[in-house]
Amino acid sequence: MRYLPNTEYDRRAMLAAIGAPDVDALFRDVPPAARLTKPVDLPNTKSELEVERTLAAMAAKNRVAGAMASFMGAGAYRHHVPAAVDHLIQRGEFLTSYTPYQPEITQGTLQALFEFQTQVALITGMDVANASMYDGATSCAEAVMMANRLTRRTRAVLSGGLHPHYREVVETHAKLTGFKVAAASPDATGNEDLAAMIDAETSCVVVQNPSVFGQIRDLKPLAAKAQAAGALLIVVVTEIVSLGLIESPGAMGADIVAAEGQSIGNALNFGGPYVGLFATRDKYVRQMPGRLAGETVDADGRRGWVLTLSTREQHIRREKATSNICTNSGLCALAFTIHMALLGETGFTQLAALNHAHAVQLAEKLAAVKGVELVNGAFFNEFTLKLPKPAEAVVERLVKKGVLAGVPGGRLWPRKKELGNLLIVAATETNTEAEMDLFARSLAEVL
Amino acid sequence: MDMSQGRVAREAANSDLAPVETASGHRALLQEERLLFEQGREGRIGVDFPKLPKVAEKLNGLKRKAAIGLPDLSEPQAIRHFTRLSQKNYAIDTGPYPLGSCTMKHNPRLNEKMARLAGFADIHPLQPESTVQGALELMDTLAHWLKTLTGMPAVALSPGAGAHGEFCGMAAIRAALDAKGGKKRKRVLVPESAHGTNPATAAALGFTVDSIPADARGRVDLEAYKAKLGPDVAAIMLTNPNTCGLFEPDIIEIARLIHEAGGYFYCDGANFNAIVGKVRPADLGIDAMHINLHKTFSTPHGGGGPGAGPVVLSAALAPYAPLPYVVHGRKGFELVETKQKGASPFGRLKGFHGQMGMFVRALAYMMSHGADGMRQASEDAVLNANYIMARVKDLMTVAFDGPCMHECLLDDRFLKDTGVSMLDFAKALIDEGFHPPTMYFPLVVHGALLIEPTESESRGSLDIFIDSLRALAARAKKGEAAYFQAAPRLAPRRRLDETRAARQPVLRWKPGAETKQAAE
Repeated sequence: MRYLPNTEYDRRAMLAAIGAPDVDALFRDVPPAARLTKPVDLPNTKSELEVERTLAAMAAKNRVAGAMASFMGAGAYRHHVPAAVDHLIQRGEFLTSYTPYQPEITQGTLQALFEFQTQVALITGMDVANASMYDGATSCAEAVMMANRLTRRTRAVLSGGLHPHYREVVETHAKLTGFKVAAASPDATGNEDLAAMIDAETSCVVVQNPSVFGQIRDLKPLAAKAQAAGALLIVVVTEIVSLGLIESPGAMGADIVAAEGQSIGNALNFGGPYVGLFATRDKYVRQMPGRLAGETVDADGRRGWVLTLSTREQHIRREKATSNICTNSGLCALAFTIHMALLGETGFTQLAALNHAHAVQLAEKLAAVKGVELVNGAFFNEFTLKLPKPAEAVVERLVKKGVLAGVPGGRLWPRKKELGNLLIVAATETNTEAEMDLFARSLAEVL
Repeated sequence: MDMSQGRVAREAANSDLAPVETASGHRALLQEERLLFEQGREGRIGVDFPKLPKVAEKLNGLKRKAAIGLPDLSEPQAIRHFTRLSQKNYAIDTGPYPLGSCTMKHNPRLNEKMARLAGFADIHPLQPESTVQGALELMDTLAHWLKTLTGMPAVALSPGAGAHGEFCGMAAIRAALDAKGGKKRKRVLVPESAHGTNPATAAALGFTVDSIPADARGRVDLEAYKAKLGPDVAAIMLTNPNTCGLFEPDIIEIARLIHEAGGYFYCDGANFNAIVGKVRPADLGIDAMHINLHKTFSTPHGGGGPGAGPVVLSAALAPYAPLPYVVHGRKGFELVETKQKGASPFGRLKGFHGQMGMFVRALAYMMSHGADGMRQASEDAVLNANYIMARVKDLMTVAFDGPCMHECLLDDRFLKDTGVSMLDFAKALIDEGFHPPTMYFPLVVHGALLIEPTESESRGSLDIFIDSLRALAARAKKGEAAYFQAAPRLAPRRRLDETRAARQPVLRWKPGAETKQAAE
């Protein structure tokens, strides 16, 4: 087996050094009743060539988004990732290193995390960010639980514009860990009155901007009302590129930002692994979940980095930890950091402007199709259409024309028939005008 | 053949060990590297874009007003920056990484290549099912391999890492207890030697944590365990092989007793890599166990993730598995995203469907090894750990008598009266060119050193590591405490001031806040 360096000769010599007659003698603590006497019923060792052939055949059964005109978003976005990003994250020193427990020999990971934390704090407009969470949805649930701890209250108000997967993850944690959730109905226009839902037990208001329908709105009035009632404002961002163009959550008064960072540096990957971003105000840092890299000096007085404030964490605090998280999304965070480094202020702003411009172009073309209505007025790179018939069947028919038309309401809210005609459509820098024209023409044909 | 490993005569080496001052601050291949934010210059860019079409903005007056403050770099600068950073990292690719409990085994590059096939990497999670049949087939195939290797009837694939898997398994247990009228069962038994994530997970789910002591052999104290069982006990969370690197010989009895008491058996599967193909958890009486794909099945640790923590479930817990999951339907593979008749999913743990990129890598690893190769890998991992133990036990102190499983646990009795702490000892190993083993964990022995070589190390590589351990142990006993206390000397940084980092937290760069400046 190509990954195992010991030879039979080595194994015999090692057993002799140990003084064991055979390897099974080393497994003597396993109760005899539980010892497998023959291999499990699975195929034996395969060559690289054979494995590649099998997996490539599976991959070939999927319709690749990049080979179609793809306009899908709703929490996962197809962006162009510069070649340098994937090259750098595959350097073995990054790829095959562990969580930086020995800072003297993991300064590379630690400095990159410190840069990641800085980038996330800057673009969200917050004071401080952690070293990443599993994804945006788990980041959101952790944000709610942090708000519960900070306010000693137990009720979360969720906007109807929150991605339903995020809502479900929060509701799952609520049910299992014992807090209450009040969720507004899904509303594509963003005209919900969340302030009216805040009561004396409310720990936080969770609002996504742009919403899952693509709508953007000014959160300053809501922030003021929530904070006046003693609740925190948690702002969720699933399309982080939007912050290159629109006002940051921090500037709008957010107390915690929980975001999905996939758009920067990371491929679609059928939903994972992604990278959860988590940022907050300085005053709340000791209740923040997750790892943190911090600056310090070494014995010679040279600047360096370590994991810090670990007295919040499970390996020190055990049952009193702020979260049980251990492994996070290190390499995806690195991909984010590298892509963001390449973009810089200039590139990030240009990227966002290009996304918005493409979405405006596309919205105009699609709204001109007979029977199609553009639901929301203000948006970044994603918007919602109301079709004259159920969107799921329309999407299926458009696949045959080479178009991944967007995410139908029925996929995200299977129990809400009234949302079935909605189609959530995204455009990014990757979409050409020819693709947009194909989409509009094909939509007219199938409606 | 030159077997000196580049060693020079002691006399010559000593004369060169004084720090060399260079004008640049660099030290040959060790390049100092400033923060990104200290290198930016307006007017540069690292990504060029197509032309921006002119449109009427639809931003409702919410356009950002202030600058963000990101630095502008060109591509060559960015590449050099991150390449230099990478060179400050120790990694499996550069040397042995015997970090106990973390399983730093070789990460095959085929797995990386497979995960990057466009058919897996460039598909959207919400594409119509008809367009992602291959992806669903891959998830179903991975599930089949995991179920076969563990003997368990069901698996929840979506958890993002081990601790998330623990949360999933314990949530399924909570749901099953609640469904059976066991709402009052709140107490979870956790051995003292457990990973910190176990008590943290139990507490997060509203359970109370009750600690079980270890016996003199480093195993669960069976009598103490029996005394703690009662009608309020929800579950036991037990790592097996345990964190002392030992198989729990009474595990079948432990399972029988918890079931008899009306509770469930959660197994922390972080150490499953020791027994893959040798023992099936189902045959031990386990109800739920997470599998760290980033440990046992070699998806890369990436400096702290991403991981994946699928959870295998017994028939009693299977109905409570979280959404979504894959089934065979009339139209091929289907993804179930809502509650179905006859199932009682406890909810959803994550956006979308799980760590697909990790699933591809883990399946590529499993298929490459096959049933025979995985069994051999487990045996080699156990053999390597026992070999280290056998060859150091005369000079160092083994915490519990062997044989051990995939990792061997030492304690600091051999450093008694030397003035050298286990931390000092570990830092001296850095200068020897090794990543230190896990220190001060598990908490059940004093000054723990937990060594997990994995099956990826050859006997030759182990011999060099063992020689270094022995040389350092001898040196400590000779009274050279100062040598250890000043270690490491040869790493990119000497010992870092962690107290200062925690007392005066600097968690991000701020303009004008540069501390001691490194060279460009």
